[in-house]
Amino acid sequence: MPVRLYLNNVGKSFTMHLQDGAVIPVVDNVEFSVDAGECVVLGGPSGAGKSSILKMIYGNYRCDEGQILVTVGDEIINVAGAEPRRILTLRESTIGYVSQFLRTIPRVPAEDVVAEPLIAQGTGETEAQDMARALLSRLNVPERLWTLPPATFSGGEQQRVNIARGFIAHYPVLLLDEPTASLDAANRAVVVRLVEEKKAQGVAMVGILHDQDVRDQIADRIVDVTKFGSEAAA
Amino acid sequence: MTDTARIQDSIHEQDEYNFAYLDEQTKRMIRRAILKGIAIPGYQVPFASREMPMPYGWGTGGVQVTAAILGRNDCLKMIDQGSDDTTNAVSLRGFFEKTAGVRTTCETAEATIIQTRHRIPEKPLTGEQILVFQVPIPEPLRFLEPRETETRKMHALEDYGLMHVKLYEDIARNGHIATTYAYPVKVNDRYVMDPSPTPKFDNPKIDRMAALQLYGAGREKRIYAIPPHTKVRSLDFEDYPFEIQQFDKPCGLCGADNVYLDEVILDDEGGRMFVCSDSDYCEERRAQGHLGPMAADPAAARIGTKEPA
Amino acid sequence: MTLFHAEDPLLQVRNVTRYYGDRIGCSEVSFDLWPGEVLAIVGESGSGKTTLLNCLSTRLAPTAGAIEYRMRDGAMRNLYQLSEAERRLLMRTDWGFVHQNAADGLRMNVSAGANVGERLMAVGARHYGNIRSAADDWLGRVEIDSDRIDDDPRSFSGGMRQRLQIARNLVTQPRLVFMDEPTGGLDVSVQARLLDLLRRLVADLGLSVVIVTHDLAVARLLSHRIMVMRQGNVIETGLTDQVLDDPREPYTQLLVSSILQV
Repeated sequence: MPVRLYLNNVGKSFTMHLQDGAVIPVVDNVEFSVDAGECVVLGGPSGAGKSSILKMIYGNYRCDEGQILVTVGDEIINVAGAEPRRILTLRESTIGYVSQFLRTIPRVPAEDVVAEPLIAQGTGETEAQDMARALLSRLNVPERLWTLPPATFSGGEQQRVNIARGFIAHYPVLLLDEPTASLDAANRAVVVRLVEEKKAQGVAMVGILHDQDVRDQIADRIVDVTKFGSEAAA
Repeated sequence: MTDTARIQDSIHEQDEYNFAYLDEQTKRMIRRAILKGIAIPGYQVPFASREMPMPYGWGTGGVQVTAAILGRNDCLKMIDQGSDDTTNAVSLRGFFEKTAGVRTTCETAEATIIQTRHRIPEKPLTGEQILVFQVPIPEPLRFLEPRETETRKMHALEDYGLMHVKLYEDIARNGHIATTYAYPVKVNDRYVMDPSPTPKFDNPKIDRMAALQLYGAGREKRIYAIPPHTKVRSLDFEDYPFEIQQFDKPCGLCGADNVYLDEVILDDEGGRMFVCSDSDYCEERRAQGHLGPMAADPAAARIGTKEPA
Repeated sequence: MTLFHAEDPLLQVRNVTRYYGDRIGCSEVSFDLWPGEVLAIVGESGSGKTTLLNCLSTRLAPTAGAIEYRMRDGAMRNLYQLSEAERRLLMRTDWGFVHQNAADGLRMNVSAGANVGERLMAVGARHYGNIRSAADDWLGRVEIDSDRIDDDPRSFSGGMRQRLQIARNLVTQPRLVFMDEPTGGLDVSVQARLLDLLRRLVADLGLSVVIVTHDLAVARLLSHRIMVMRQGNVIETGLTDQVLDDPREPYTQLLVSSILQV
């Protein structure tokens, strides 16, 4: 399978100007690639920089060194050096991000929150909403909640709305940031199946999964992040 | 003791005052403004308005324009709300009789210069006549935009959306365009102009009028003009076209239709009648034998005549 | 969306500098704004963000620098070489300006309907019924009841006035809207409603927006890109979530850390 994502010599540190310019190294010399249809799980303890790597791939954190190359059609884009509008295009069509926290948008009903990324990719509104409802149903979100804004939902319900939103659209690269944390067994199983479906569609995935069961079920490969840690951090 | 009456009769023949009160330099200045106004129909030309021996609001703008164009052979008519015998008309007529000694008249056809406040004569004017309007507020946009710097720019750039905002408000609040006087017009497809507080009934007369129209605003120091036969269009909406007032009865005295009527209260018991606002027009018709439905009413005998009852 | 595929920027800003005497208003600001893009200019009071906004919107001539705008015919024009007539036409058709104080952007003594209809009349609309139905439609889109169409904005609440101001600006389908602290001075709940409305309108209409705000939450919700200003200079710029989540400059870090967590 072709390579979708390649991180080459990626390095990152934070300079905390409010703390006398203390430099906090995060990762160094990160290098790995992800093929289409493959799920790579980042391993290592908390604070090893797993989350920072995902955020750099998504363009949410800046990348200090190296390249983050994403295949888009015939093109290879370096996220690390892309201008903002290029990154926004990537987020619309190429890179998806499933996190455990929903940034709620006031007054928008759950089914529209879920359908939005699909509509942005060009699917018709009715079709997108049908798919949104199907997905909410699969994730066991009670039907009476679908037309309500998720701001008042419980944490678990919000999380499942967010998972549905992350999985509904077609992104060739999908980033999974603890999608199953605090889900019950039934819903964990649904997420595992969703990941399997994405693999079958050829989606390249990078995940952070603390849940040993889920990790064993979906990870094709585990990349240990501690080996990228700067010596200073060790 | 001096004979004041004799002095006033001949004041123009003495050296105390120049012909028609204003000095010749001032008249030239005003004529230049008038010429510029004629060259740019509807454009408000600033001029150095003088203190006149009468209060603002009495027609100081119109008087200065009249004084600047008056010749010794002119025949002057003064109208106030259509009438020749109200205070304003009588006073201003007296002013020019005394300061210029020109012939005056009440007959529209006889006059070469007609100065008017708030009306246009019913009888069509000719190319030999000049109509001078007294204007209180020359700026039609002032209602919505108080800044003179801004309204001047709006005129310069033909930025007239605001004028329709006023008409929109009329319709929204009253169901029709409720502006009945000082109804804004567009002159020669270019400048939006305030035709002074004449009833909108008179707006069609402004359009392509054979006589030259001059507008003078003394307090505001502006002169503007409409040359003879100039196109003047009253502003409106496609679905709310411009309309003039309609009267369902003819003039009570002379029976004229399609003229502007004034309401006259006859007694304390609700008695009233509607008569021509243009008193000269009404008298002429009555002299020709036209009789209105109330002409025989004894109350009517007291109005519409020049001699006090 | 598909908003970021345009080939050419809508607005090109190069080295815009404005002095007030020998004091700097803003200095050497350059950026491109793309069709459909929302750019937030953030910073404290006195950082030069309003000066910059006024320069961009031709309300204040810059001391130096060039601002070019892509007209509807596709040609790039230097804004400060437009004639006054062209500039005004641009401002009442292709542009909008939303003031912090709604009274600055509304005619307070004419009805809501006329406030919305004015731009249409300014570009030649002469059918009362059509103007009124367009006004009614826009009042609906900014969530003002139809039965308020003949009321003066003086009788409106702060939030309603602001929504009316937005409707008045958008009725001519502008492509670029400038906003100066559009949610400033409003209650938090009123702010939330206004922000949500703005967010949807901006996305639905594909508007380009330059929004000045000192409120980073507003910037996060509405903007794609952010420009941080301090003492007249742009000190940091980038994708909104990148600048807010991974601020680099000391001043930006201070700004971000100053947000109250609820």
